[in-house]
Amino acid sequence: MAYLAGMKLIYFAWVRERVGKPEEDVDLPAGITTVGELVTWLAGRGEEYAYAFENAKVIRAAIDRTHVRPDAAIAGAREIAFFPPMTGG
Amino acid sequence: MAIRLQREDFDLAAEVAELTRGRTDIGAVASFTGICRGDAGMAAMTLEHYPGMAEAEVARHVQEAEKRWPLLGVTVIHRYGRLVPGDNIVLVVTAAAHREPAFAAAEFLMDYLKTRAPFWKKEERAESAEWVAPKGTDDAAAERWAEPKRPPQAAE
Repeated sequence: MAYLAGMKLIYFAWVRERVGKPEEDVDLPAGITTVGELVTWLAGRGEEYAYAFENAKVIRAAIDRTHVRPDAAIAGAREIAFFPPMTGG
Repeated sequence: MAIRLQREDFDLAAEVAELTRGRTDIGAVASFTGICRGDAGMAAMTLEHYPGMAEAEVARHVQEAEKRWPLLGVTVIHRYGRLVPGDNIVLVVTAAAHREPAFAAAEFLMDYLKTRAPFWKKEERAESAEWVAPKGTDDAAAERWAEPKRPPQAAE
């Protein structure tokens, strides 16, 4: 089975707290091509991930530090970040 | 443009002086300062940010503001880390020949900082600490800029 190796995932705010780590390197199974599919896969990795990603609609994502939508392709991404809606300013 | 993300406080007067030093083309400077409020027993606020992306995202919106309005200078400072009520959080300073672009660009930048810049606030109270939920009014404020605007005509 083919894997997409060496992708860095970063988590912020309550996503980070729920997952229990700020970042990790993962090898993705083949067939995961979009951010939305990645969220679904992450949610199945265990209780803490299920909790962090239970409401996929509110999770925001960035690929290589640019905002993206769930249908964005992850091919070629080096760093994918997941976080709640932003509350700066 | 000057964009800084920092733990340290900032000085509005010093930032305005820096932006206008030696310039005689600037006729208007507008500024916005966001300050940590002590609502309902709030003891402190911790601001988390995404290093690298936060700078890039603010810079993108400053460039967008520079396309929309004839600006002569922009400074954005956003603090992160632990802040207590009364502390400064964010500063936007815009300079232009006339007041309209200065006011408009400052408002535009603040609306986008609220909803698009990767910062998250966590509020600490005596018994708990909770992440701040986004406000629908902030999204609405940002969305009203979505229609491309013509730069304002020259005015007093």
